[in-house]
Amino acid sequence: MNAPFEGIGASVRRKEDLRFISGRGNYTDDINRPNQTYAVFRRSDRPHANIVSIDTSAAKSAPGVVAVYTAEDLAAIGGLPCGWQIHSKDGSPMAEPKHPVLAEGKVRHVGDPIAVVIAETKQQARDAAELIEIDLKDLPATATVTDALKSGAAQIHDNAPGNVCYDWHIGDKEATEAAFAKAAKIVKLDLENNRLVPNAMEPRVAIGDYDRHTSDYTLFTTSQNPHVIRLLMGAFVLGLPEHKLRVVAPDVGGGFGSKIYHYAEEATVTWAAGKLGRPVKWTADRTESFMSDAHGRDHVSTAEMALDAQGNFLALRVNTLANMGAYLSTFAPAVPTYLYATLLAGTYRTPVIYAEVKAVFTNTVPVDAYRGAGRPEATFLLERLVDTICHDTGFDPVAIRLQNFIPKDAFPYQTPVALQYDSGDYFTTMEVAMKNADYAGFPARKAAAAAKGKLRGIGISTYLEACGIAPSAVVGSLGARAGLYEVANIRVHPTGSVSVFTGTHSHGQGHETTLAQLVTSQLGVPFSQVEIVHGDTNRIPFGMGTYGSRSLAVGGTAMVKAMDKIIAKGKKIAAHLLEASVDDIEFADGSFKVAGTDRAKSLSEIALTAYVPHNYPITEIEPGLDETAFYDPANFTFPGGCHVCEVEIDPETGVTSIVNFTAVDDVGRVINPMIVEGQVQGGVAQGIGQALLEHAVYDSNAQLLSGSFMDYTMPRADNLTNISVATENTLCTHNPLGVKGCGEVGAIGSPPAVMNAVISALKDYGVRHMNMPASPEKIWGIINAGRKAAE
Amino acid sequence: MPQVTLTVNGKTSTVEVEGRTLLVELLREKLGLTGTHVGCDTSQCGACVVHVDGNSVKSCTMLAVQADGSSVTTIEGLAKADGTLHPMQEMFREHHALQCGFCTPGMVMAAVDLVAKNPQGLSEEQIRHGLEGNLCRCTGYHNIVKAIDAAQPLMHAK
Ligand code: FES
Ligand code: FES
Repeated sequence: MNAPFEGIGASVRRKEDLRFISGRGNYTDDINRPNQTYAVFRRSDRPHANIVSIDTSAAKSAPGVVAVYTAEDLAAIGGLPCGWQIHSKDGSPMAEPKHPVLAEGKVRHVGDPIAVVIAETKQQARDAAELIEIDLKDLPATATVTDALKSGAAQIHDNAPGNVCYDWHIGDKEATEAAFAKAAKIVKLDLENNRLVPNAMEPRVAIGDYDRHTSDYTLFTTSQNPHVIRLLMGAFVLGLPEHKLRVVAPDVGGGFGSKIYHYAEEATVTWAAGKLGRPVKWTADRTESFMSDAHGRDHVSTAEMALDAQGNFLALRVNTLANMGAYLSTFAPAVPTYLYATLLAGTYRTPVIYAEVKAVFTNTVPVDAYRGAGRPEATFLLERLVDTICHDTGFDPVAIRLQNFIPKDAFPYQTPVALQYDSGDYFTTMEVAMKNADYAGFPARKAAAAAKGKLRGIGISTYLEACGIAPSAVVGSLGARAGLYEVANIRVHPTGSVSVFTGTHSHGQGHETTLAQLVTSQLGVPFSQVEIVHGDTNRIPFGMGTYGSRSLAVGGTAMVKAMDKIIAKGKKIAAHLLEASVDDIEFADGSFKVAGTDRAKSLSEIALTAYVPHNYPITEIEPGLDETAFYDPANFTFPGGCHVCEVEIDPETGVTSIVNFTAVDDVGRVINPMIVEGQVQGGVAQGIGQALLEHAVYDSNAQLLSGSFMDYTMPRADNLTNISVATENTLCTHNPLGVKGCGEVGAIGSPPAVMNAVISALKDYGVRHMNMPASPEKIWGIINAGRKAAE
Repeated sequence: MPQVTLTVNGKTSTVEVEGRTLLVELLREKLGLTGTHVGCDTSQCGACVVHVDGNSVKSCTMLAVQADGSSVTTIEGLAKADGTLHPMQEMFREHHALQCGFCTPGMVMAAVDLVAKNPQGLSEEQIRHGLEGNLCRCTGYHNIVKAIDAAQPLMHAK
C-alpha cells in the first residue's frame, strides 16, 4: 500500500485535533502554578472621570487578600507602548498620550482598570475588589468621533488637543481635484463601518510567575505573538531584559487580532509575581472581555468617485474619521492608514486617489486590528460606492466592475496609494464566482421568492487585500517601530525526525499540520515525524507572531530558507560519504543521490552522520543538522477575489436570511485545501456577523450598551448557511511557495457582498445605502415606511 | 463547607465546595478536568456543556451542590476506555469542524446529546437550530453541521 500523500496540496486531517477533541488542549487557563494567587481587577464603570480618591484599606484586610495595587504602586514602571508612529499632514508626530497600566488620576473608558486585588482564591479577590472605595468625579464623555471633534468637546488627554491623534493623508490631492473638476458624474456616499467586538471564544488569561532562585520571570498569556509581548513588556513597561523574561502562549482559543496587543493585565501579573514572589493568575470574565479587549473597525467616512460618461473611474476622494478609543493600542495607528487608505485602489485602475484620515480619541475601549484590519473598511467603502454609482447612474454592477478592473496584463501594478501589486486576476475570480452562484439564474429565483411574499436580493463584492505582513524597510518608512520578518529553526534529529521552531503562532489556523506538510514536501520526511513548536520564547529563537495572514507567506518562507540550508549542508555530508563531488549530489524525496547513479543516502542517514561524526569531513563542516533562517519579505502579498451573496428578506419581520454565499478567493498556492476552506468560511461568518448582526453600541454618555452576549449578537448556527468556497491560484511572485494568505479574505470580501444584496432586495423601497448591521428593526422600518407612503 | 459526591467519567469523588461553586469550577479546579471550558458569564456560549445523568447541561449554570449524587460525563470521558474515539469526535476531525478548539468540547457534548435524543434523524436546519446554545467564532458552523450530520448514521448504527 502506498503511504497517503501528505505534502503540499493534500487535505491532511489536522494533527492538533486529537488533543482538542479529547479535552486535552492546553489553554492558558488550564495552567496552574504551585502556590498560585488570583488577580481580579476593579475597573471603571464611568466613561470619563477624575479619580478623587481610592481607599483600599477594607480590601486589604479582607480574608485571603495578599495585596491590593493601584497606579501609585506601579509608579516605577512604564506605560503600555504603541508600536507604530504616524505623522500628520504637517509633519508633526501623532499625539501619543501615556497609556498607564492602571489608571493614573483619571479614567477614560468604561472598563479602564483602576486597581488590582490579589488573593488566595478568585472568589476572595472578587469579593475584596468590591470593597475598594473609589471616589470618581464625572467629566463629560464622548463615544463617537463626530462628538469628540466638536468644539467644546471634553478633552480626553491633555496632550491631544481637540482629541485628535493625527490628521494624515495619502495620494495626490491636486490631481484628484483636477480629475473631479473634469468629471462627467460625481457620486458621493456617506458611510459608517460599525464597531465590533472580536470575541474569540477563549477569554484572555495571563499568569505571571517568578523564580526566586534565578530571578527569571515567566508570563503565560493568550497571545498571538509571544516574542512581541516579551519585547514590548520587557523593554518598555517592566524594564526586564529578554534573557530574564520568558513568554509562553500555549494553545490559544482564537485571536482574530484581539490577542496581538500587549495588555495591562499581562504587565500587572508579571510585575506582581516578582513583587510577591508567587504566581499571579488572571482570567477574564466575558464581561471584562467586552470592555477590555481591543475593539475593531469604527470608521465614519465620506467617499466620492469621479467618473467619465462611459463609467470609467477617474478619481477617488475619501475622508475618514477613525475611532482610536481612549488610548492607543499596540498597532492602532496603522490600521486606518497603512492597512486601509493604501488599499483604496482595490481591484480597480482608478488613476488618482486622495484620502484624508483623522484618528480621534473617544471615551471608549481602544480600537485596533480585528480580522482584516483596515482592509474590510476599505473594501466596504469601495464596493458600496461602486453599487451606489450603479444606483445613481443606472450602470450595471457587473459591467462597471469588469470595465474598471486592473487588466490581467498590467501586473506588477503600481497603485496611486503606495502599494505595488505583484499578481492577480480579478476577471477570473469574478467569472467563477458568478458561475458558482448561478448569478444568471437570479431573476427566476427572485420571482419565485416574490411569489412567496419574500424580497430577494443579490450582491457582489470584489476585493484586494495586502497581507503577508510585512517588508520591514517599507513598514519602517511608514512608521512601524519594529521589523516584520519571520524566523524558523529546523532541527533534524539524529534519527531523522524533525522539529520546527517557528516564530508564528497558531490559535486555530492549524500550523501544526500545514507547516508539517511543508517539511514533508521539501525534506521528504514523513508527516508523522514532523513536530511544529510555537508559542514559547524560550524554545523559539525569535518571531513576530501571527496576524495579517502572514504565517505561511512569511513564516513558511523562513522555513523554506532554513530547509535550503539543511539541504545544502546535507549535500556536503553526502558528498563525503558517497565519495562524490558536492556539485554532483541531488536532493529529492528525502534522499541525497549522486546524479545519474543509484548511489544515495537518506536524510536520516545523513542526520545520524552529522550527529555521530565518526566518518565526517570535520575540518570542512561542523557536526549537527540544525539551521535557522530569518526571512524578510520583499513585498506584501495580494490575495483578491469575489464574493456573491444572495439574501431573502421577510417583509413582515425585516429578518434577512442568507440563502446563498459564494466565495472565490485567489490565495495563491494552497497547502491544505481543507484548512483554507475552513479559514474562508470562518472569515465569511464574521463578515456576515458584521453585516447583519454585530454592533458594539455606546450610548451618548459613552456607556457600553452591548457588553455581553445577551446584547451583542454573535452569529449562531441558525443565522448562517453553508458557504461555498473555491480558490483561484495565481502565484505570489516573490516568495518561493507562491502563497498569499487566506486568514482574512473571508472577513474582507463578505460584508459589502451582504449589504449590496440587502440593498438590492430593498430596491423597490428606494434604499440607496444602509449602514451595518442590517438589523430587522432597520429593515422593517424601511419597509413599513414604504408601505405607509404607498397607502 | 458542603460536600458533594458525584461520579465523573465513571470515577466517584467526594469534594468540598462552597455553596456558590459552579459545576464547571468543580470539574476544572477540583478535579483538574480542564477539557470543559468557560467562554462567558451569561450562559450564552455553551463552551461548558457536559452530560449530567445523560442530559446535556451548561455546567456554568449549575451549582456543584446540585450535581450531588449525579453521574457526569465530560469531553475527557467520551472516548472508550481503550482510547477509541466517539463517532462525533471522529467526525469533527474528519470534517474539520474545529479550528482553535475552544468551543469544541462543549460543541461535541451538545451534539452527542442532540443526535442521541433524535434517533429519527435531523435535517441540516434542525441541526443548526439544535446548536443555538453553542457559539463558535472560528468555523462559521458549516463544518460543524457537516460533522454532526455525518455522525448521525454512525451513532444510530451502534
Ligand atoms: S460558559 Fe458560556 S454557557 Fe457556560
Ligand atoms: S473552533 Fe474556535 S471557537 Fe469554535
